[in-house]
Amino acid sequence: MDYNLMREFADSWGLLAMALFFVGCIAFALRPGARSQADEAARIPLKDD
Amino acid sequence: MKFGTETVALSLFAFAALVAAGFGVDEPFRQHMWVLFIVLLGFIAILLRKTSFAPAARIDPSAYMDGPIRYGAIATMFWGVVGMLVGVVIALQLAYPDLNIQPWFNFGRLRPLHTSGVVFAFGGNALLCTSMYVVQRTCRARLFGGNLAWFVFWGYQLFIVMAATGYLLGITESREYAEPEWYVDIWLTIVWVAYLLLFLGTILKRKEPHIYVANWFYLSFIVTIAMLHVVNNLSMPASFLGSKSYSAFSGVQDALTQWWYGHNAVGFFLTAGFLGMMYYFVPKQANRPVYSYRLSIIHFWALIFLYIWAGPHHLHYTALPDWAQTLGMVFSIMLWMPSWGGMINGLMTLSGAWDKIRTDPIIRMMVIAIAFYGMSTFEGPMMSIKSVNSLSHYTDWTIGHVHSGALGWVGMISFGAIYYMVPKLWNRERLYSLRLVTWHFWLATLGIVVYAAVMWVSGIMQGLMWREYDEQGFLVYSFAETVAAMHPYYVMRAIGGAMYLSGALIMAWNITMTILGHQRQEQPLPGSVPALQPAQ
Repeated sequence: MDYNLMREFADSWGLLAMALFFVGCIAFALRPGARSQADEAARIPLKDD
Repeated sequence: MKFGTETVALSLFAFAALVAAGFGVDEPFRQHMWVLFIVLLGFIAILLRKTSFAPAARIDPSAYMDGPIRYGAIATMFWGVVGMLVGVVIALQLAYPDLNIQPWFNFGRLRPLHTSGVVFAFGGNALLCTSMYVVQRTCRARLFGGNLAWFVFWGYQLFIVMAATGYLLGITESREYAEPEWYVDIWLTIVWVAYLLLFLGTILKRKEPHIYVANWFYLSFIVTIAMLHVVNNLSMPASFLGSKSYSAFSGVQDALTQWWYGHNAVGFFLTAGFLGMMYYFVPKQANRPVYSYRLSIIHFWALIFLYIWAGPHHLHYTALPDWAQTLGMVFSIMLWMPSWGGMINGLMTLSGAWDKIRTDPIIRMMVIAIAFYGMSTFEGPMMSIKSVNSLSHYTDWTIGHVHSGALGWVGMISFGAIYYMVPKLWNRERLYSLRLVTWHFWLATLGIVVYAAVMWVSGIMQGLMWREYDEQGFLVYSFAETVAAMHPYYVMRAIGGAMYLSGALIMAWNITMTILGHQRQEQPLPGSVPALQPAQ
């Protein structure tokens, strides 16, 4: 395994996998039905001390 | 409490330090080991004095563990004042070089003392104590691991003392923000792994099903700093009883490793960790949930995915390959989006409660912190553009930019969090004085404005003078002429820094009096209590 092999992996499959993971995270945060869960989670710090 | 094991372990550690002080191969190492030995003797003396043979009080496993957090709040305040004081001293040294006192207190040794003092001692303690505070209260669980939190706190203070005394003795790896030598690095690694276990363990035993977003930011800070610290400090000591080591990397690889570390120290230590603070303490102080929780999740993932690539923008126009420089620039510019998303999220948390900016000086402090977060994360990507960087690089503009982020964002959000936590931690009804908070706010804000504005002018002037050619193609100014031209700005910069330091001293007084249980008799701030209507 040399530099060029790692470099090629990084700017092809590595890039694709990370981009898909990122898009997946965003899509999961914005999925239908997430709003009520998010509103509930946002209240966690305010519940008590 | 009996501290049998701890005392024995510390004694062995102290003995090892004494042996190293005797057999060390270079003079600075021997001196440094004497420092370590004396500090450890101090720890042992404290442990022996605290030992008592009375049956130990039973610990309520459901109560929060606040002891290390109280110590951490005090340590934050103490190191903050020390680090900022050293900053004012080196600012004056630049204006008046006669203030360099050889060899311990010259600029070259005090400058890393200032950067590590404010970043790792002040900022690090603020992160340590607020993360322990936040993780317990948002997971509804006591800190994991019994006395592990105490080990993390005292171990971290030992790291700070060893790093600081090492700089003054002239021991350095010369790596930006990572100057401590190999043996101090190893100690920090041990402490940091314990910190990770403490934080993760507490999250794993949580009673709240959801992990609140502030904990995500804190966890990403802990994990990433562990990775950065280990890789950046891969090195081989010249002797295991000496203070000199050589990096595992060389040439441009070493430069890139250093700035991969250096920029992510900014991104994950000074940004992600303090965003964790923002996402807990702003909603608490405003008593409103964060504006958009889903935006905070997107903020988190975008920051994580983008920040790690931005480091190469510190190496524009160097031997680093062009594609890597462009990559660093492009990722830096993309960082505008999460940064401003996060800033809007923090500011809009106050929507519907904007009057609090007028009536609550702690909220005002947090709001100015978020505003400076927005400003410095706008300025940074702009400076990473290669054509802008060709003017700004190596000039005072960079120093101005760093300080608008460090004094404005990191400092102010930490002050806000400490002002919020201290009355709660010591069960005080309120702070000693809110009017003193207002004084602190204005001194600090005006100090930053003076500092940043002066550095813009001085930096751009410096950059323009360096690149000024006459019609025959000769440089117009010698380097010494550009230095002489900057003298008035250096004096003004020291004044700005002194204003910021005096604000911190007022805070230290206010916090001390709060802890001691005093309340200052003073007129309430205008608008903070509803105006009474006269009876008809």
